[in-house]
This record gives sequence, C-alpha cells and structure tokens, in this order.
Amino acid sequence: MLLTVMLGFVVAMAAPWLVKLSGRYSGWLLALYPFSLVVYFAQWIPVIGQGHSQLTTYQWFPGLDISLSLYLDGLSLLFALLISIIGTFVLIYAGSYLKGHKDLGRFYLIIIAFMASMLGLVLADNVITLFVFWELTSITSYFLIGFQHEQASARKAALQGLFVTVGGGLCLLAGFVLLAIMGGSYSIQGILSSGVSLPEHGLYGAALVLVLLGAFTKSAQFPFHFWLPNAMAAPTPVSAFLHSATMVKAGVYLLARLNPGMASDLWSTILTSVGALTVITAVVMALSHRDMKKILAYSTVMALGTLVMLLGIGTELALTAFVVFLLAHSLYKGALFMLAGAVDHAVGTKDLSELSGLRKAMPVTALLMLLAAMSLAGIPPLFGFIAKELLFESLLQASVWGYGLLLLFVFSAILLVAVAAALALKPFYGQYLATPKTPHEPPVAELLGPVVLIVMALLLSLFALPAQQWLLSSSMLAVAGYVPEVKLALWHGVNMPLMLSAVSLVLGIMLWTQWHRVQPWLSRVIAQLSRFGPERGYFKMMDGITWSASWQTRFLQNGVLGLYMVVLILSTFLLAGYTFVRSYGLHFPLDVQDSYVYEWVVAFLLIVSALFASTTRYRLAAVAAMGVLGFAVALTFIHFSAPDLGITQLLVETLTVILLVLVLFKLPEFVQLSSPWERARDIVVALFGGVVMLFILVAAIDIQYFDSISSYYIDNSELLGYGRNIVNVILVDFRVLDTLGEIFVLALAALGVLSMIKLRAEDRVK
Amino acid sequence: MEVVMAFVVATLFSCALYMMMRRSIVKLVIGLILLSNAANLLIFVVSGLTRGAPPLIIEGVDPSPFVADPLPQALILTAIVISFGVLAFAVVLIRRAYEVVKTDDLDQMKDTDT
Repeated sequence: MLLTVMLGFVVAMAAPWLVKLSGRYSGWLLALYPFSLVVYFAQWIPVIGQGHSQLTTYQWFPGLDISLSLYLDGLSLLFALLISIIGTFVLIYAGSYLKGHKDLGRFYLIIIAFMASMLGLVLADNVITLFVFWELTSITSYFLIGFQHEQASARKAALQGLFVTVGGGLCLLAGFVLLAIMGGSYSIQGILSSGVSLPEHGLYGAALVLVLLGAFTKSAQFPFHFWLPNAMAAPTPVSAFLHSATMVKAGVYLLARLNPGMASDLWSTILTSVGALTVITAVVMALSHRDMKKILAYSTVMALGTLVMLLGIGTELALTAFVVFLLAHSLYKGALFMLAGAVDHAVGTKDLSELSGLRKAMPVTALLMLLAAMSLAGIPPLFGFIAKELLFESLLQASVWGYGLLLLFVFSAILLVAVAAALALKPFYGQYLATPKTPHEPPVAELLGPVVLIVMALLLSLFALPAQQWLLSSSMLAVAGYVPEVKLALWHGVNMPLMLSAVSLVLGIMLWTQWHRVQPWLSRVIAQLSRFGPERGYFKMMDGITWSASWQTRFLQNGVLGLYMVVLILSTFLLAGYTFVRSYGLHFPLDVQDSYVYEWVVAFLLIVSALFASTTRYRLAAVAAMGVLGFAVALTFIHFSAPDLGITQLLVETLTVILLVLVLFKLPEFVQLSSPWERARDIVVALFGGVVMLFILVAAIDIQYFDSISSYYIDNSELLGYGRNIVNVILVDFRVLDTLGEIFVLALAALGVLSMIKLRAEDRVK
Repeated sequence: MEVVMAFVVATLFSCALYMMMRRSIVKLVIGLILLSNAANLLIFVVSGLTRGAPPLIIEGVDPSPFVADPLPQALILTAIVISFGVLAFAVVLIRRAYEVVKTDDLDQMKDTDT
C-alpha cells in the first residue's frame, strides 16, 4: 500500500521527461498512474465492504513512535477512490486544457505529487505522517494556485492560500501532539481505541480548538473561507481536483476520522454553528458573482459547510447524509468545474453575463452541464437528490437548534437552485451573444471526465442500495463507529423532505428568473460588507507583520554597536542571574581570613589600574594602566603557584603594550562621544553584570560538585609524558591537539595581520 | 583570599563591559583586553588558589597530590595566547578601518558600503 503513495512521487519526478517524450498524449499516458490506483483500490471494495480494515506499518522513527503506517477502511477507501477516479480524468483533461503550455511538465510534476500526498493523507494512520502529507498538500497547492506565476493576482492568491492553510496546519500539529498525549499513542486508531474518554480529558478543550483550526482553515470554513475562491486563479484542472473534490475535503476528512473519539456537546455546537454560518455566507456570495469559477468555488464552500454541520449534528441520519453528500458533491462538483473550464476554453470567457445561446454550438456540453447542475440543485434522478433528501430528513430530526437550521437550509437550497439554474441555463439558452472565440464543442479529453462522473452519479442513485452495501456503509462505520440502519433509496414516497425539495425548487427557479436583477444588487451589497469581512482582517494582519518586522529591524538591527552590547549584556546577565538566584539563592560567604597584606596590595593594584584604564581621557595613560594591570595579573599567577602562566603573561603583556603604543598613535585622541545619560546607563548595566559575576564566582568557589580530574595528569605526567612540568606535559602531550588548534589560530591571525598591512602598502602605491 | 580575588574579577568584568559599550573603537579594544584578563583570572580563582606549590615534579620523588591544579593553568595558558592573537588581529583591523572610514566613532561605521 505504501507503494501506491511512493509510486506517485516517482511518477511525479519522471513527469517532465514523460511529457517531452509523449507530446500531445502526455495526459493519457500519465493518467495511467491514477487509473492503476482505481483498479488497485477497487479490488479492496469487497474486503472493506465486509467491515474489515487493513493496517500496514513501516518503521520510520521507531524511537519517537512515528511510523509510516497506512490504514485502509471504508472512509479512506472512499476518499482514495475519489482521488484516483477524479485524478485520472483531471490528468486527461489537463493534457487538453493546457495543450502546448510551456510548463506542462512542471504542472504534471506538481499535480501528481499532490495526488500522492493527498492519497498519503487519507491513508495515514500515524498523526505525524498525516501531518507531513497534510503540509505537502498545502505546499503543492501553493505551487498549483501560483502556476501562472507571471500574474500578480495568482501569486497573491497562492500566498494567501499557503498562509491560511499552513497557519492552520501548525495549529493542527500542536493539536495532534495533545491528542497523542491524551490517547497515549501517535496512531489515530490507537488513540480512538485507547479506551480513554477524550472529551473528559483535561487537554480536550485545547486539542479540540487546535484540531478544529487546522481542519477549518483547510476546508475553508467561515471565517477562513476567503482563500478558496481566490485560489480559483489556478488553471481549471487544479480547481476541479484540489479545490472542489479533494484537498479542501481534507479538513472534513480529518473531522470525520476523529468523530468517533472527539464527539461531544462542545464539538457538536462548534461544528454545527460554524458549518451553518459557512453555508449561509457562501450561498449568498455564490449568488452575487458572475464568474462561473467563482460561483462554483462558493458553492464548494457551501458544500464544505454542510458537511461540517452534518458532522456536528452527528445523528445516525446526519452521518449517513454526510457520507452520501460527500460522494455526491465530489462527483458533480468535479464535473461542473471541468465543464466550466471547457466552456471558458472553447469560448474565451467565463463571465455568465457574456455567455448566452451556446446550446447550438455545444449541445453535449449543455446537456452535461444541465445534468451536473441538477445534481447540484438536488433534482432526481441524480445522486445529489438523495443527498439533499437525507440532509432535510436529518435536519427535521436534529435536536440542535431544531427548525432554525431547517429554515436556513431551505433558504440556502432555494439560492442554490438559482445558482445551479444560472450555471446550467444562462450560458446555453436564449439569444446567442458574440464571444471572444468562436464556440465549438470541447475535445473528447475535456468531456470524458464529466461524462464518467455524471454517469456515476446517475448509476449511484439508481442503485443506491447496492452502493450502500458495497462501500458507503463501511465508510459510515468509520465515521460513526456503527453501521447505520438507514436505507438509501431514490424514492421515499411523498413525505416532508420531498415537499421541502419541491418548494425550494419552485422558489429557486422563480429566484433565477430575477437573477439579472438580484446578482448586481447582491454584488454591491457584498462589496460594501466586505470592508468588514475576514479577508480584510487577513490583509491587515499581513500589513501588521510587515510593519512589525521593519519596526523590530529598525529597533534591534539599528547598527549601533553600543546598543547591541547593552541588549546582549542585559539579556545574558538577567537570564544567568535569574537562574542563579533560583537554584542557589543569595548567600554570600564573605571569608577574607587566610590572606596576606601584600596580596591585598596586588588586588588593590588590579582594581585601581582597571578603573583608571576605563576612566582616563588620555590614550597613553590607558595603555600604561593596561600594562600595570597585565603585570599585576602576572604577579598573581606567579604568587599562586602558576609560574608558566606568569611567564607567558609577562611576554604577552609586553608585546601587547608595544603593539598598542605603535598602533594607537595612528588613531585620534580620545574624545567624549556619548552623552551623560548614555554613560549613566552603561555604568548601571556594567555594574549589574559585575555584581552577577561576583555572586556566581563566590558560589562557584563555595560549591564543589566533582573531584578534580587533575590527579590523573599529576600521577601520569612523568610516567607517560616523561616531563616533570605538569602544565607543559598537558599542553604538548595530553592535550596536544588543542595546542595544534591554538597554533592554527595564531597562524591565521598572523596571516590576517600580514595581509592587512600588505593591503595598505598597495593602496599607497596607487 | 578567593573572595578578595572574586571582587577583583568582578571589577574587571564591570570595567570591561563598560568599555565595550563605548563608542570609541579604541576603548572597545581596551574593553576586550580587560575582558580576556577577567576571564583568565576567573578560571584561575575558581580552580582554587594555592600558595608555593607549583605543579612541578621533583626528580626522583613521587608526585605530590597537593600541588596547584595544573589543568586550569593549561587552559589559561592557551587562552592567554589565543586572546593575544585576537587582540593583534583586532588592533590591525581597527587601524585599517580607521584609514578607510576616517573615524573611530562606532556610530559612524554603520554602513556596510564604506
């Protein structure tokens, strides 16, 4: 099973070459990959249909409990089949739609990589694996939306989609980690079957919010719905595949997957209200647009809202409706997008107000569009009808908010019928309007997908019960945790849902007759309202990020070294001081016995020379003070049993003084550059650093955690190193590599000094 | 005696930090020297001060465990030499920078172009 996913990435990498080799048949050739997936997954239907499931695990990071485990049950099989079936036709369609495009190879690479990622997403059982595939779909989606990267609008839409979905993805990752902590496993099946009641766990609220944020952004729920219609900047095959049938359903898939374990009152309330809000927003927006792809995009948002709401209601009927509606929507929406793209391709515009009377030139397209729109509007005998009946029926029974939701849905059904009528009737009937291109029937490659999808929708509704037994009931088992007893049928007899359907149909058609008045009016109202919409918030946030980035660059990276130092010193010593006080406290063992007068003199000399060097206004005085300090340090070393250090310090100090005198006299005199306020601030900061050092030092003298390891060197210096000066033996024998490194550093410094002096000489020659 | 030396080291640190925050680049170098001295003394003091027992082995006598700790001394010796290398490099670099930029004020050296 892992092979099916990994093969996708291999095919994706090979796609550019295959496109070069196969030329105009590349779409058909590459479609063999998803088609082989259809065959593979179809074989599983009999097994999974019995209620079985298949878990395949491959080790990935065994130490972190992360594995490449793939889980096939009814829900993932349904999704895998949808992805591979629609994927097959989308690839064929794209071969024709993007014929001769210079970047066709790149397009296939990304869309096949997307297909494989999506497949991995629905099959993954480990939450981390799922997250990886989840982000891969976001990234490939980014490339696909921005495919026409010469257009600024496409780039902007791509970035917007990426920010929203990846931002949600990060929340999702955190949510997953919480889930794993709660369930004690990184496997979804492990979490769901752990026996822990997730809603009663203390982390449930946080996990719920985070997971929902991830799912809602991906599935374009209100208030994150705005990115999806903008994503229509992508070529039509992408819209048909990613933004209607597959990727945007990832969020819904995740919610359905977690439903058995996560469902609670809170879950139900949030999902139902967000879903309902999304539905009403989207359906009004759909009616306000004239661009066919935008209309379809908003009807997709509406469908996603419906799915989320159905999960929220969570009754047996609602979950059945969920699965049926999911399938129905993927079929008709894929077909509608492909048809809309085909019309656009053949005619040169997708603006409904410019399209009219195309029926004579494109009879097949007109018929297919009508059938797909009928499914969208929920008119028998298409599968969309069964979905809508179930939807109404579950709303009639729903306890949450009772009839309010029902009214809302009848209202949105009316609007949806009007939208469907506008899509199916407006372009094809009435007076022919001149179009940019002469209308002609689209090629077979562009019609094959819609034909197959619509035929499937017809067959599914006619043979609803067998379909339910074969596949859908096992999906419901995965979503609900039990097999629902609802029986699907095209004809339920005359009952309340049918009446509601009829009413919404009649009112919808009536609304459509007024479409040419309603649409411009709604468009103006929406334009007014969108000033307060969530997309506005998105842009404000983006501006805010840019502003704060430039502000903090100006503030922190201002080029003033002194300020950098202040920040560095303060943060270092505040953190060190805080840690120190917390773990050690503020003891100060002031023990000055065991000291001699001449030692005090040396200490006094050190302090005075350091203070003098840092306060004097004369360069020479400062250098002299540094010299005194250096020699006093040497004295200290010699007095406290470190003759080698003393000798070295004496030599180095002499060289330093000579160097400073030679060089500093080519530099200007000291002048007072900083203001008194800056000096006061620096003194405070420096004193603070010194005090913290003092406390740490005294504590370090006071505490001895480990015995010194030096006894080894003392004992073995003569035995192994054949030297009686232990310090020397350590340097040139025990730790000889350190000394070698030190020599390298010195050599490099010498080279640097030499080259800088040479550079100066050459300048003078010029 | 260690506590007295701790005060010395802390004073050196304060002076070093103060000088490193100055705008004159020469003062920065002085701060750097002070800082390396402070760090060397810090290691020396923390390892414990021993009078009159250098880490040497008298010929023919078993090594005494009561000599001063040789390991920190080896570390400090390395540090002294390295910091001298750094200092030499820094001083020549400053000299060179002054020739090009014609200022020793760090606040005037903000541009990467000159």
